[in-house]
Amino acid sequence: MSGPLLELAGVTRRFGGLRAVADVTLSVPEGEVIGLIGPNGAGKTTLVNAIAGVHTATSGTVRFAGEDITRLAPWKVARRGIARTFQIVQPFPEMTVLENVAAAAMFAGARAYGREAKTEAREHLRFVGLADIADRPAASLTLAMRKRLELAKALAMRPRLLLLDEVNAGLNASEVDAALALIRGIAARGVTVLIIEHLMKVVLSLCSRIVVLHHGVLIAQGDPQAIIRDSRVVQAYLGRRYAAGAEGEHG
Amino acid sequence: MKRDALIAVAVFALVALAPLTGESYWLRLGTTMLMYGVLAMSWNFIGGMAGYPSFAVAAFFGLGAYTGAVAQKLGVAMGSAWSLSGLAALAFAALLGVALLRLRGHYFAIASLVVAEVLRETVNSATDLTGGGMGLNLPIPAMRSVEAQAVFFFYAMLGLAALTFAASLLTRYSKLGFGLRCIQQNESAADMLGVNTTLYKVAAFMLSGVFVGIAGAVYASWVHYIEPPDVFDVLYSVKAIVMALLGGVGSVFGPLLGAVVFLGLEELVWRKFLEVHTGVLGLLIVLLVMFLPKGLLSLSRRLPWARRLP
Repeated sequence: MSGPLLELAGVTRRFGGLRAVADVTLSVPEGEVIGLIGPNGAGKTTLVNAIAGVHTATSGTVRFAGEDITRLAPWKVARRGIARTFQIVQPFPEMTVLENVAAAAMFAGARAYGREAKTEAREHLRFVGLADIADRPAASLTLAMRKRLELAKALAMRPRLLLLDEVNAGLNASEVDAALALIRGIAARGVTVLIIEHLMKVVLSLCSRIVVLHHGVLIAQGDPQAIIRDSRVVQAYLGRRYAAGAEGEHG
Repeated sequence: MKRDALIAVAVFALVALAPLTGESYWLRLGTTMLMYGVLAMSWNFIGGMAGYPSFAVAAFFGLGAYTGAVAQKLGVAMGSAWSLSGLAALAFAALLGVALLRLRGHYFAIASLVVAEVLRETVNSATDLTGGGMGLNLPIPAMRSVEAQAVFFFYAMLGLAALTFAASLLTRYSKLGFGLRCIQQNESAADMLGVNTTLYKVAAFMLSGVFVGIAGAVYASWVHYIEPPDVFDVLYSVKAIVMALLGGVGSVFGPLLGAVVFLGLEELVWRKFLEVHTGVLGLLIVLLVMFLPKGLLSLSRRLPWARRLP
């Protein structure tokens, strides 16, 4: 039996005098869908960046599938099977939707240049529902479509671990529902998902475990229902009114 | 890609007929155009495809010219000396790329601009090898006549331009070209998608150096005499950029077209406005860039019959 897929041990990231992430220890077994919540500026994105190699951890280690990836460059991390989406979507604007996804398939997904990468890209576009607009320039897409494009790109990287940074921010209710269904579909393929999210509805319906960051410190983790009743979490993030509502609904 | 290759073969075949005119003026102008075509196409690898505004063309050109000249002075045959220049530029670009391509935007531009100056001063002080400020004479190739020499150097530049074009075309339609486009549009996103950005950028920089190095060596043999201010002239960098932008960086044909149009304009303006030709030329370029920011080739996409082409 192998260990967890992702293992953070004492991960700290400093920016000058600021400790954006402080001594976070966390282990994520393969196949889990785990939610990362916390107030703005809690260090959620920084933690994801430390995993993805964008901002290397100042101290502590990040292990993925048993190997130390703490100091690997982002492109190497990507090729090992960690895909991430950005809070602010980052398509290649002058390329078509198809080319955007083909790029992911080609570089991180190790597919051959040309037909093989494009065939693979089309599959992922069908999955996220963008197959009809595959030949449009990425810059012409609406926000909801760009978020789907980000998902398709991430999938084309054939990840074992998917880091979703607020994929639902800026979407309306029906778009959020569609995105939820997509993320469920991805998890059902066996991809481990770590999702940063502000919408508690999304977190509660998707995740089997929630991790809470506050001022860069991991203040609580565990079963979603227990987390929303945790007094530290209520105080730091959810607020009393939410907790009272949750009591009424669930308790 | 096939369509582009066929058009290119036709164009280069047509250009190859130029010496039949027998006019040495046209031959000289043609050779110059082809040389600048090589510079502009080379710049396009790093400046157009990867989006890194390099001013290193003059450095590669001068390095190639001096490598070729010194090698011939030491007894190497002309053809081998040219190859040696290409290798020198390739190696130099690799080393320089690893160091400079960590910088982005203006910082990279300025750093690449300084390289030619450093090389020029180095060549200036290495008097024993390079003749320093006195310049360096090259052996005149053993050929029947001055005309035969002119024809020979015309074909040499034509061959080099064809080679550079072929490299551009192959790069554009390959994984390397695709990765460079990703880098040009969003480097950190490319990094995240698994593109080895450092490797790709250095490869683009090497491609942008090697043909310029050979062009420098061919130029040196062509004019028989070089001196540091001539071959390390920053105008080689500036003109290559202007030509590429003028023609359009998006296409493999753009830089080549830009070189031809730029030198054509230069000749025309020089004849009509002897006193103020640089000013008029500058104005023309400003207007062209203002009203055709995507280059002359973007015009073709506005023509009704061109709509169907991809």
